[in-house]
Amino acid sequence: MSDILSAASFSAPTTKPAAAPPRGYRFPAFEQRELANGLRLVVAPVTKLPLATVFVLIEAGSSAEPRHRSGVASLTARLVLEGAAGMDGETIADRFERMGASVEAYATWDIAAVTLTALSSEIGNALALVRDILRSPDFPEREVQRLKEERLADLLQQLAEPRGLADEEFAKALYIDSARYAAPEEGDAASVRSLTREDVLEFYAARYRAGGITLVFAGDVSMDSAMTLTEALFGDWVGDRPQLAPGGIDATQSGRLVRVLAKADAPQSELRIGHIGLPRNNPDYFETMVMNAVLGGLFSSRINLNLREVHGYTYGASSAFDWRRGAGPFVIQTAVKSDVTGDAVREILSEIERIRTEPIDADELTLATSYLDGVFPIRYETTAAIAAALANMVVHSLPSQFFDTYRAEVRAVTSERVLRAAQQHLHPDRLRIVVVGDPTPVAVSLEKVTGIRPDVIAIDGGGTPT
Amino acid sequence: MRIPIDTFQLPNGLFVVLSEDHTAPIAAVNLWYHVGSANERHGRTGFAHLFEHMLFQGSANVGANEHFELVQRAGGTLNGSTWLDRTNYYETVPSNQLELALWLEANRMGYLLPAMTQQKLDTQRDVVQNERRWSMDNQPYGTWWERLPALCYPSEHPFHHSLIGSMTDLDAASLDDIAQFFSTYYTPDNAVLSIAGDFDPGEARVMIAKHFGAIPRGAGKPPLGDMFLPPMFGGAKREIVPDDVMLPRLFLAFRSPVFGTDEYYAASVCSAILGLRKGSRLYRTLVRELQIAANVVAFTYDLAKGGDLLVVDATARPGLEIEQLEEAVGTQIDRLVVDGVSTEEVARALTLIETDLVVSLQSAGDRADKLSMFATYFGDPTLVNVQAERYRAVTPERVNTFARAHLTKDNRASLVYVPREPVAAPLQDDVAMAGVP
Repeated sequence: MSDILSAASFSAPTTKPAAAPPRGYRFPAFEQRELANGLRLVVAPVTKLPLATVFVLIEAGSSAEPRHRSGVASLTARLVLEGAAGMDGETIADRFERMGASVEAYATWDIAAVTLTALSSEIGNALALVRDILRSPDFPEREVQRLKEERLADLLQQLAEPRGLADEEFAKALYIDSARYAAPEEGDAASVRSLTREDVLEFYAARYRAGGITLVFAGDVSMDSAMTLTEALFGDWVGDRPQLAPGGIDATQSGRLVRVLAKADAPQSELRIGHIGLPRNNPDYFETMVMNAVLGGLFSSRINLNLREVHGYTYGASSAFDWRRGAGPFVIQTAVKSDVTGDAVREILSEIERIRTEPIDADELTLATSYLDGVFPIRYETTAAIAAALANMVVHSLPSQFFDTYRAEVRAVTSERVLRAAQQHLHPDRLRIVVVGDPTPVAVSLEKVTGIRPDVIAIDGGGTPT
Repeated sequence: MRIPIDTFQLPNGLFVVLSEDHTAPIAAVNLWYHVGSANERHGRTGFAHLFEHMLFQGSANVGANEHFELVQRAGGTLNGSTWLDRTNYYETVPSNQLELALWLEANRMGYLLPAMTQQKLDTQRDVVQNERRWSMDNQPYGTWWERLPALCYPSEHPFHHSLIGSMTDLDAASLDDIAQFFSTYYTPDNAVLSIAGDFDPGEARVMIAKHFGAIPRGAGKPPLGDMFLPPMFGGAKREIVPDDVMLPRLFLAFRSPVFGTDEYYAASVCSAILGLRKGSRLYRTLVRELQIAANVVAFTYDLAKGGDLLVVDATARPGLEIEQLEEAVGTQIDRLVVDGVSTEEVARALTLIETDLVVSLQSAGDRADKLSMFATYFGDPTLVNVQAERYRAVTPERVNTFARAHLTKDNRASLVYVPREPVAAPLQDDVAMAGVP
């Protein structure tokens, strides 16, 4: 070791400086309105830069699909950009891009969305084009086929992609096969292959209706101008609000499951461990979020420090509740070197056990709560982030004061509440353990740690030639 | 749109950039050290990045793991990253915690070494080797990150070798290497400190002097290896990589003028015309009309020295041979060279680029990072305010001049991934793991 390691003779402050008094912060003020046709409007004027973001939210998310039509919500949403009001997809893309506008159309589990960010001077023109694609889509047959083919190409690619494979297999291990959540958000291959233009037309007619539409504006736009634009472009759209997507997911599961998806000679194991989590509207949201932050939500969380900083098993390990309208997954995920797969699972199981049996100490609690409290303003620096937060409010019907009470709600969480959340919402007895990796070392070490002989299954479609 | 910028330099050489914005109580601290993988010595590929990990392992007055914890407890976000020619470290914090972030950065710039131990080095080596497996070795096409520079830069060029490093070189890294690298490159005169957001400039100056002022200047760093490159490859290159992938994918690179030159802006606009978003030429033809690509984009690396790269990245549709995709991309490139670009295409590209410039300046962290970048590469952070003008000066004629000179057949390097034949498996793994010399 070199002498230089101990040489530090100059001087500068050695103790941590104290924080200055905090400056106040409020989430951008916003207003909500409803037009006569039932279409709703949320507007948050923010004038920092000459930019604006608009999210058009449509009650047409993937959860609204029948299980055997999985992918139709995503296909419908994406197709609105591929032909409308006599314009072809190329013309639509070209028009948006000449305005400098970024436009995307997609479906999530809970909602379909068209999102638009542009200089505020272009927002009126860009939104007029959004009106055309949303209200007069042509769904050209050729484009239906092309987007289907592209989705199938993605699914094919995924067979060689350990992370995507692990996510997909984990969902299958969590939900009964008839649940929509068991298949990927954008649909599985069997269903996507069978989708037709008629399926798209039917889905569009049922769900793209004024009563189920909300426009969220954030950025350099006033309430008045947003209202005027929306009235002019969408005021004469008709249609009642469609039924909300079914949220109920059959959660009856018991016992553990251990499954290895065989990827011979994989240098790492992709791990997913968890079970069905909670719907977003669960009243224990805040204590569960803080509990998860301590368990695996933060860099300085127990699972990450254990697996990464103590053992060096991984580049990173984390846990998360996927907050949907229905009960989405609770998942712990990491990728570890193949030969420590069993050890990593053992450490994860012991961390789940520990947070369910011992109250977290005051330091861990304040680390999580002061982080979530303090980082709040940093989350809303961009017009897109503000619009996304408001979209989340709309999707989950959160109260309009949600953002103003959020920080106090976080600070009010106690270690007792965290313990109770861990005991009630973590279920070690029904964990699903899914590994994409080399079955030769992995299956044996998993059996040793869990006491369960893993199902070892081949990758469907032959991701690794055998 | 111009952002306010103030600069000064401490006697020890630390270059400081301040940019006030009081719209939210947020402050971003961003440090660029002018060292990256290009500065690594032979046999130590991956060291600059491994070293970045060690900077989160505490310093004389900060415990192991405390750096992350203190910033998160303060309600801040943080990270660092390593690139070919620089390494950056950054925090965004509630503005009343600005001094904490400065103290942490100063502490590791001044007093890192007393906290370094063999055990921490061994653990981070494991972490980085797992990062390599996760991001490259166990990821379809993952090795393109090291294979493309290896193909495009000659073997002795500083940009040639792997940034994440070979497993062997990572294994060889020692505490002595840490000490040497630290004293050579992690000095105030080899760094830029930018602060953006809600702060009082007078107070910030006092804090910066207090925390960074006593750190001694470095003894100078060894010059980079020879960065000079001819403006063109001077011949076509092609490498085929059989990999665990389902679809063939092409990375087609052109040597291109370095970031900051007038020619660079023409190259950047040309890249946008070829492959920025759905209205671009390659997307329209390959994805939409011919339906032979599942996706295609084009981008520039934005390297400020030696030679830059303009890259087309195209993935084939199922059932297509890589040669068909290569031919179709080649046809489009040749057509652009021969026919030139239209005024409308340039206008579309410029509008998108200008809007993206504004979007990219929204967050304090991104602003601070851009200021550090222009200060590090060109000694002048105010260049951030003239980017839109530099782009606006690009004409179709300048794009055509660039294309005729650089999109030629003797300036193309093709890295192609193809699905691996089952029998050919073992050897390629070894090649991927060994990295490059």
